[in-house]
Amino acid sequence: MSARRPYVRSMDGWWRRDPFFVRYMAREATAVFVVAYALVLLVGVLRLSQGEAAFNAWLAALRSPLSVAFHVFLLAIFVYHTWSWFRIMPKTMPLILPDGRRLKPGLITGAGLAAAALLCLAGFAVLMGVKP
Amino acid sequence: MKRSNAPIFWSMFGAGGMLSALIGPLLVFVTGIAVPLGLLLPPDTMNYARMLGFAQNWLGKAFLFAVIALFMWHGVHRIFHSLHDIGIPAGTLAKLACYGFALAGTLAAGYVLIAIGF
Repeated sequence: MSARRPYVRSMDGWWRRDPFFVRYMAREATAVFVVAYALVLLVGVLRLSQGEAAFNAWLAALRSPLSVAFHVFLLAIFVYHTWSWFRIMPKTMPLILPDGRRLKPGLITGAGLAAAALLCLAGFAVLMGVKP
Repeated sequence: MKRSNAPIFWSMFGAGGMLSALIGPLLVFVTGIAVPLGLLLPPDTMNYARMLGFAQNWLGKAFLFAVIALFMWHGVHRIFHSLHDIGIPAGTLAKLACYGFALAGTLAAGYVLIAIGF
């Protein structure tokens, strides 16, 4: 055992020191809930493969107040994921035009968010039975 | 030189992130809120017959498989790369656990969707 006791700065709560890090951690934390939702769907197709009674039990479970509250929370997380995904896209997937110019960051973010909004609204309209 | 496997995991992460960013909110709202509460959508939107038909159609099957598998690969990749930030060493064991989880989920989804038939 060494007699030296060098000062080691604690890393506890490091990400709360800067709003940039808070946003980073919030963005990364969405991953847990994306996996959670994939598991909900996986259970759904499993129940579907087990027949009508099993699938109806899954649908009934989705109707429980706890499940609805969880999905409202999930929806907020997913909307944040969409927002943050396209916010960082200019850095993660910088598109470079054939002549070597970079696409403006705001254009990438805006186009991504617009595409997501359009797809979600169009998909919902189709499910509602709206005829184009 | 040994080739890195990072691009494979990154492309799965990217594909899952893109798919969930584009249609994730719609899926969560439909399956978790609108259908259970009977909001806005026809009451038979997700009944057994329709969902079975959807899962037996090759396009519907591919869609369900892509959503479940890619959401998982996206999530575990991000979780794996965040482990260090919350003080967990991101070693081989953690890598196996993370990507193994997504692989297990992918295989399970594939097996179940094939079992549902065509």
